[in-house]
Amino acid sequence: MANKKRNTILFIVLGLGLLLMFFASLSLGSVNIPFRDVYASLTGGQASKSTWEYIIINYRLPKAITAILVGTGLSISGLLMQTLFRNPLAGPYVLGLSSGASLGVAFVILGAGFLPSFLKVIALSSYGIVLASTIGSTLVLLLVLVVSQRLRDTMAILIVGLMFGSFTTAIVSVLTYFSTAEQLQKFTFWSLGNLGNLSWKSITVLSASVFFGLVLSAGSIKPLNALLVGENYARSMGLNLRKARLIIIFATSILAGSITAFAGPIAFIGLAVPHIAKLTFQTSNHMILFWSTLLFGAIIVLFCDIVSQMPGFDVTLPINAITSIIGAPVVIWLLIRKRNFQ
Amino acid sequence: MFSMCLKSSPTMKTILSTSNLTIGYKSKKATVTIAENLNLNLDSGKLISLIGANGIGKSTLLRTITGIQHPLGGNVFLNDKNIAAYNPLDLAQNLSLVLTEKLPPSNLSVFELVALGRQPYTNWIGTLTPEDIEKVQEAMALTQIEHLAQKRHFEISDGQLQKVLIARALAQDTPLIILDEPTTHLDLLHKVSLFKLLKKLTQETQKCILFSTHDIDLAIQLSDEMIIMTPEFVVQDEPCNLISKGSFETLFKDEHIVFDAEKGKFVIT
Repeated sequence: MANKKRNTILFIVLGLGLLLMFFASLSLGSVNIPFRDVYASLTGGQASKSTWEYIIINYRLPKAITAILVGTGLSISGLLMQTLFRNPLAGPYVLGLSSGASLGVAFVILGAGFLPSFLKVIALSSYGIVLASTIGSTLVLLLVLVVSQRLRDTMAILIVGLMFGSFTTAIVSVLTYFSTAEQLQKFTFWSLGNLGNLSWKSITVLSASVFFGLVLSAGSIKPLNALLVGENYARSMGLNLRKARLIIIFATSILAGSITAFAGPIAFIGLAVPHIAKLTFQTSNHMILFWSTLLFGAIIVLFCDIVSQMPGFDVTLPINAITSIIGAPVVIWLLIRKRNFQ
Repeated sequence: MFSMCLKSSPTMKTILSTSNLTIGYKSKKATVTIAENLNLNLDSGKLISLIGANGIGKSTLLRTITGIQHPLGGNVFLNDKNIAAYNPLDLAQNLSLVLTEKLPPSNLSVFELVALGRQPYTNWIGTLTPEDIEKVQEAMALTQIEHLAQKRHFEISDGQLQKVLIARALAQDTPLIILDEPTTHLDLLHKVSLFKLLKKLTQETQKCILFSTHDIDLAIQLSDEMIIMTPEFVVQDEPCNLISKGSFETLFKDEHIVFDAEKGKFVIT
């Protein structure tokens, strides 16, 4: 069982990598804070400068936690979709789930002007945005599922996802035409993706949703493995297909929907990370893929976040730009090596 | 010459039976009946082949007796219980399938693929117990694919893959295995070795194996019983009885294909 030993080593390396990235993201930024002081502020000790402590507790720690939630949640939702659709190019962004969420959010932020004032307050609260975003992504996922039942063709499903994207962009641009500069600014900032401005309260809500989504996903490990040999075999091995599919879709929507609501539509993580996990561990067994995708997702988004803060510079780049710069080449590379497209 | 008719052993047990089964499908406009009043018996320890021309409804019959499709009339009994009354998990412990469809792309190894057959028995997360692993190894030994265990399923030949899929069905540990055209895509050598494997499995494990095929010559030589589907009738019997009854003559509606009862095979005139 040489494989087992190799996997154990890989998991240990990934675990250490996550720890390292976590501390690095707390330490690096426009102000570099030494590891010793990071550790001191986390454990309730005294950092050398009280401003450092303030930066870590109120700014960097929430951001790092958000990065971990976003990374794990989006990557796992991508993994579930790739197996469910038997499509290596599936992911929340590519299949239009993020577009659906955007549309939902666009309706509440940009369309709030049309609502009576008491509904406006509800719609613009963070719960309203989460709800709109989850509903948007769930609707798109259901649509994709209906289409995928009719079109067995992998590429057709992707094109449909692309069309949803164009469609939502069009609707959003119509909505922007009727909205105020302030609303527009709010929506634009949301759509660029941001890990940084979540309050502790929002983080609690996001953690709960991501945790719930991950628990459902972990419960789907066995059905996902059965689905690797196709739906008919899966059914013949005693899988309640309808139920399993429903749970997987629900888990995907809740993960992608809640994350997109709080952090904006973040590109490519959901598509690229499961592939990185599959290539590293050389397996399709979801028992291993689940945990490796989880770890890789957290590490990679933390890394993207560190890059976006540009250590030593004053500017912060939008996270979406970074994930796309890293993610898009990965996808192209995967397409070129299509033979190994598992 | 083909083998003589043998007396069936008295220890056998009926695993699946149909009573006055009518198969077909309902569309929005009409109900299409494919065959009526089928009374078939699948007994343990028997290798049974299902033959018939393309489009005659072999798949519909297989789909109906495996519980995927509802019958238009009559019943299917699996171990004396109506198949409609089974929940998916119970059914999976009594009936396993080998399908014609291509496997979706994945990195599954042969061992993992065979081990998936244990899913009806494993816990919620799919952990293999030592007993599960033993069953998997047993299935791989019976099909002689141990040397492939660590290969990926897309790295092996069609013939080997077919054996792996049969091993998966064996690991599922069911009294009945149904295969849909397992010999398509295989050359003669591999067809024969697959048929022999199926024969050996029925003898050694006392399972009942039903498979559909277009390789009628081979099926006549190796099956214990055959089910012939033609537009007029569906009949189940031992191959030699079917030959003496002349059941094969009407299989194909083409004057150029004639069944030679002496040789037990079809000839082109």
